[in-house]
Amino acid sequence: MRTKAVNEVTMDFPSQSRNESFARSAAACFAAQMDPTLNELEDIKTAVSEAVTNAIVHGYPDAIGGVTLKLRVLAGNVLELTVKDHGRGIPDVDKARQPMFTTGGEERSGMGFTIMESFMDKVTVRSAVNKGTTVVMRKKLVPRVKK
Amino acid sequence: MEILAKSADRNLLLELSGELDHHGARTALREMEEALDAALPRKLVLDLSGVTFMDSSGIAVILRARQKMQLLDGGLLVRGVPPQARRVLEAAGVNRLVTIK
Repeated sequence: MRTKAVNEVTMDFPSQSRNESFARSAAACFAAQMDPTLNELEDIKTAVSEAVTNAIVHGYPDAIGGVTLKLRVLAGNVLELTVKDHGRGIPDVDKARQPMFTTGGEERSGMGFTIMESFMDKVTVRSAVNKGTTVVMRKKLVPRVKK
Repeated sequence: MEILAKSADRNLLLELSGELDHHGARTALREMEEALDAALPRKLVLDLSGVTFMDSSGIAVILRARQKMQLLDGGLLVRGVPPQARRVLEAAGVNRLVTIK
């Protein structure tokens, strides 16, 4: 079910590896309105980096395609991050989420989903072969007590 | 991503700085392999003090270093790990495979 957003932004960019840095910085800038701690900001940047890298490396292994990053603030100080590609898709999502599993060769560690799961509260992956992959991540930011 | 290599007495120190993501890890892997092949060290130290961001791409670099040093029958030490990179390494359990100071 779609939850109503308090605020949201969507951006599209080509699957060039230089955009990994852009995507995580953009997510951190957007999250700044939620008064995050430094650790929370780093968690958000790391999870976005993993999801966007997956789209670039596995969605479009031999071509440049479009990647969409959608950032939403939901009620209850929850940040939702969606990374979507229209690339090759993942044949077996459960297998892909297992630690150390990778089809990316020795450049990759196979720990991307493990990191996303560790740094976010919830990670949902939908994928269809030759249609693309959508990763939705949610994290509740702890409201800080104002002194 | 930049790597500064210092080699003495078959000890190789690689100081990594910048963002160690997928984009930067390609450079890091290539330069690390070149430095290892040139020095054939007994001990490799990876100093991450200058790393401003690291994701699982950095894990691939560290695991590659571990594999290379095992082939050379040498040791590997990872030091100066900033807090964000440390949390990534711990989430992946790399701290159980590699000596991190």
